[in-house]
Amino acid sequence: MKSAAKRAGLCIVTMLIVSFLAYAAFALISGDPAQTLLGTDATPERLEQMRHQLGLDQPFMVRYLKWLLGFFTGDLGISYSYRQTVWSLIAPKIEVTLCMALISFVVIVAISIPAGILAAQRSNGKSGLLSTGLIQLGMAVPPFFTGILVSWGCGIVMKWFTPGDFPGLHSAKAATALRHLFFAAVCIAIPRIAMTVRMLRSTVIGEMNRSYVRTAISRGNDRRGVFLRHVLKNSLVPTVTFLAQTMAEIVGGSIVVEQVFGIPGIGRLLVASISNRDYPVVQALVVIMAFWVVLAGTAADLINQRIDPRLRLGGGE
Amino acid sequence: MKRHTIFGRGALRALAAIGLAGALLLSGCGGAAQQGQADSGSGKTERQEANELTVGIAQDLDESLDPHYSVAAGTREIMFNVFEGLLKPTPDGQLAPAIAAEAPTVSEDGLTYTFKVRKGVKFHNGQEVTADDVVWSIERCWKPADADAPLVAGLAAVQEVEKVDDETVKITLSAPNNEFLACMTLAILPMDYADQATQPVGTGPYKFVSRVAQDNAVFERFEDYWGEPASIGKVTFKIMEKAESLVLGLQSGALDVVMHLSSTQTSQLSQDEFNIEQDTMKLVQALYLNNAEAPLNDVRVRQALCYAVDKQGVIDLAFDGYGSPLGSSMYPSFSKYFDESLVDYYPHDVAKAKELLKEAGYPDGFDLEITVPSNYQPHVDAATVIAEQLKEAGINATLKKVEWATWLDEVYSGRKFQATVIGLESKDMTARALLERFQSEKSGNFINYSNSEYDELYAQAIASGDDAEQTAIYKQMLQNLTENAANVYIQDLADLVAVRKGLTGLTFYPLYVLDISKLAWEQ
Amino acid sequence: MKKNKINGYLLAGLILFGIFLVMMIIGLFYTPYSPTAMSSAEKFQGPSAAHLFGTDNFGRDIFSRALKGGITTFGIALATIAIGAAAGTLIGAVTGYFGGIVDDVLMRLNDALTAFPSFLLALVIISIVGPGKKYNVILALGIVFIPSFARVMRTAFASLRDVNYITSAKLMGAGSPRILFVHMLPNTVHTLLPALTIGFNNAVLAEASMSFLGIGVTPPDASLGYMLSEAQSMFGRAPWYALCTGMMIVLLVFGVGLIGEGLQRQSREVA
Repeated sequence: MKSAAKRAGLCIVTMLIVSFLAYAAFALISGDPAQTLLGTDATPERLEQMRHQLGLDQPFMVRYLKWLLGFFTGDLGISYSYRQTVWSLIAPKIEVTLCMALISFVVIVAISIPAGILAAQRSNGKSGLLSTGLIQLGMAVPPFFTGILVSWGCGIVMKWFTPGDFPGLHSAKAATALRHLFFAAVCIAIPRIAMTVRMLRSTVIGEMNRSYVRTAISRGNDRRGVFLRHVLKNSLVPTVTFLAQTMAEIVGGSIVVEQVFGIPGIGRLLVASISNRDYPVVQALVVIMAFWVVLAGTAADLINQRIDPRLRLGGGE
Repeated sequence: MKRHTIFGRGALRALAAIGLAGALLLSGCGGAAQQGQADSGSGKTERQEANELTVGIAQDLDESLDPHYSVAAGTREIMFNVFEGLLKPTPDGQLAPAIAAEAPTVSEDGLTYTFKVRKGVKFHNGQEVTADDVVWSIERCWKPADADAPLVAGLAAVQEVEKVDDETVKITLSAPNNEFLACMTLAILPMDYADQATQPVGTGPYKFVSRVAQDNAVFERFEDYWGEPASIGKVTFKIMEKAESLVLGLQSGALDVVMHLSSTQTSQLSQDEFNIEQDTMKLVQALYLNNAEAPLNDVRVRQALCYAVDKQGVIDLAFDGYGSPLGSSMYPSFSKYFDESLVDYYPHDVAKAKELLKEAGYPDGFDLEITVPSNYQPHVDAATVIAEQLKEAGINATLKKVEWATWLDEVYSGRKFQATVIGLESKDMTARALLERFQSEKSGNFINYSNSEYDELYAQAIASGDDAEQTAIYKQMLQNLTENAANVYIQDLADLVAVRKGLTGLTFYPLYVLDISKLAWEQ
Repeated sequence: MKKNKINGYLLAGLILFGIFLVMMIIGLFYTPYSPTAMSSAEKFQGPSAAHLFGTDNFGRDIFSRALKGGITTFGIALATIAIGAAAGTLIGAVTGYFGGIVDDVLMRLNDALTAFPSFLLALVIISIVGPGKKYNVILALGIVFIPSFARVMRTAFASLRDVNYITSAKLMGAGSPRILFVHMLPNTVHTLLPALTIGFNNAVLAEASMSFLGIGVTPPDASLGYMLSEAQSMFGRAPWYALCTGMMIVLLVFGVGLIGEGLQRQSREVA
């Protein structure tokens, strides 16, 4: 329990650092929100007025602490650009991105776990060559390159989905929306499938080369039994850790893919809000994304502790 | 080592089965996708039958929707369908009465304008427009509660706005002003309605329904519109920042109309599915020069740049020949002020450019940094070609791509730049809007142009009550900009619009607007 | 097992990478056309004998541009991992070896930076240095890559901390810097080497993504990533542009990936 408290404390510290960094980023980045809002209509008087209206004339730390206080009371502020509450702006986007991330995750797990185990079994000879080649190739293709090829091939040529026409998850065409997300999710998944297979293959091979496995088999134990009881079980901890990290990375990877597929998720909103200098929105998104990363890490540790009780004794990290 | 034998045949088969199940699951998804396409594939006719329209736009409506406070051209372009002023611009550049019942009566001294408010005009919330709303709206722009200067610069000439009776509004000016009427296109809003920024209410042919950030904005036909009702019942604007997404959207049938395409993009569209209409962007695209920065503070250097740049070359290379070359801060659709002879004032002449540079003391050329906002592809493309052309004259030009926010901060307000490629527009159909910024002390004079003759001319033009005289002075000012090579003028960009076959009524205005009320599906 | 035998992956990787390298070396001294020369008569030409990769929207020869772009990309990626690995190793060494409060603080910061969107981080760094220069992208990407190197190297150093020969070196009175860099660093090579190849590839892909999001290299100073993002907007008109530049990136990343794989196997076999 003590370790759980420590872990929670560490999470909060990380999040605080992230939120402060995000706030500090805007002090450093060029471009003034008031100026961006007013564009070429800006006159010194109107700029002054706008800065006051947005509260930008207050000192940096005052603004940060106010924001932090608001965050803990559930008030994320009001978007500079859209003039609506940040939460009402980002809630539907989070839903879309989360949905895409989950589809992507399912695809990764569904393909890479069997493929990884298979690749470990056939790591020599031609099939080994083939799997290594495919893995390296999968990791070599940039997701947005796959994205444009997929929107072209599957969207325009095969007409399996309509690029650019994302109907929304709550509309009558929710199934179409999910299909749209599926293709984007595949593009995010490809390099990560390759990485997962690679990791799984080397873990399983490493495990099978351990002396206890060899001993067990040489003693006449059932090979399949040894494999399932020991090899797979012992490969589980690194796999869970790796997949958790993947889950965290998917959300980051969605930024580019959302642009290619025209999906209104948090990645696209983040990029646009950064260029609009819409700080309340960026601030909220950065903290949420960071929370996601921290959450994934914590979840991995918790699951691993269940799998392997020895990890519980370790305490800290 | 015989690793692969550890695994029994059976286990391998089991694994293969898992893999196969996964594959089936996926192909199941794919199959469903194929099936689903049947209904969305016929979406084009579906929309046509439902009398609906989807327009693709690159610019999100990411600001206040209150017409008095929104500044982005992209927002005004669309909200044009929602708001109206006492007067309304017409496609041929005139002003027609809208909320005003008729053209105003002007007193003989040109100081008093009397407007009759049209009877029976309704706001989208059902309220009827009254003289109080008109006075309130004009005063809101004239003397805003939160700023010292009027929101619309032209309203500075106003002395008094008063309600005479329930259907008459009288506006008094401090001095006669030819361009005052153009300001009367400012939107009339219901008095004291508080949610304009997010749920705008106007009197136009379309009413605002909803907006989802970065996704769409939906408008519906306003059934109680006072004028000729619009044809299409529901219009959705789909927001796609990337031009290639817009092209994909058109090709896949998701979009019916996209404005502001480049020739590269329209050439990807099938001639059987789309009509490509051509207009101009009503922008002055130029290599704007910081006139205060060495070596550009030397008029000979600026002139050398003008000779070194081949504007037709820029248009041919970056814009497939679409675009109208310019010679000063005025575009051809403003035919009243446009001076054809200025276009070729500096013909493409590298030898002359080199000569001028030599005279100015730069026989080996110099380094020039061109800052461009990265989100405006046409400006980036033009700058790319210009940089290449300048090499011939020995000028080593490099591009610096910056974000729009950075551009505003560093170039526009900070004036820390050498040269930049951008397009400037006239927001209210007046020549003044294009010319006033180049006065020495003007806050929008980001190029630091400082010419006492120009300042004097501007003062004369504003004071002049006579239209012909004013036009002549404006032309002199344009000449002044060209002669002093204030900027290297390039072109007014072509505005290519892709319209799905079967859709009629696309109308161009001398303003940056899309009038959806005139669009209709063929029966 | 034989120590000097080069395995197949390493060989294949070296061949692919060699092809890329040869193209770059040629590109340094000679390109068929000037990579920035434009021609309105030769816009959007498909691949041919005259233009191996075809031409782009300005009629520029894509092959010549790709040769130069390859150099830019390679340079950026190399410099990026140089910064990332140097700073990451230093941080990893300090935190992994000393532990304690320094470790806690730096690792919290590391976590925070990892959780921070790299796109925004890069933008901040570019803003600080001044936007629009090639070196900015390098610096920005380099800093973005520090946390991952730091994490990997910290683990490597921490695992060596209590190894016998380190303990004896300490007993013999070797100073901390000496222990860290003379005794420990050479033994982290088997961690650092694969991290470098993976990092290199991630740097190439990250540069491409940054370009796609609009904060990369400035034209006409093309990189492969910038060219690819540019090619996307004209995919319908000139698909060869995207395919050729995309393939160049894949060639580079694939080649380096195989080298990494080969090296790893080699070291495993040696061990």
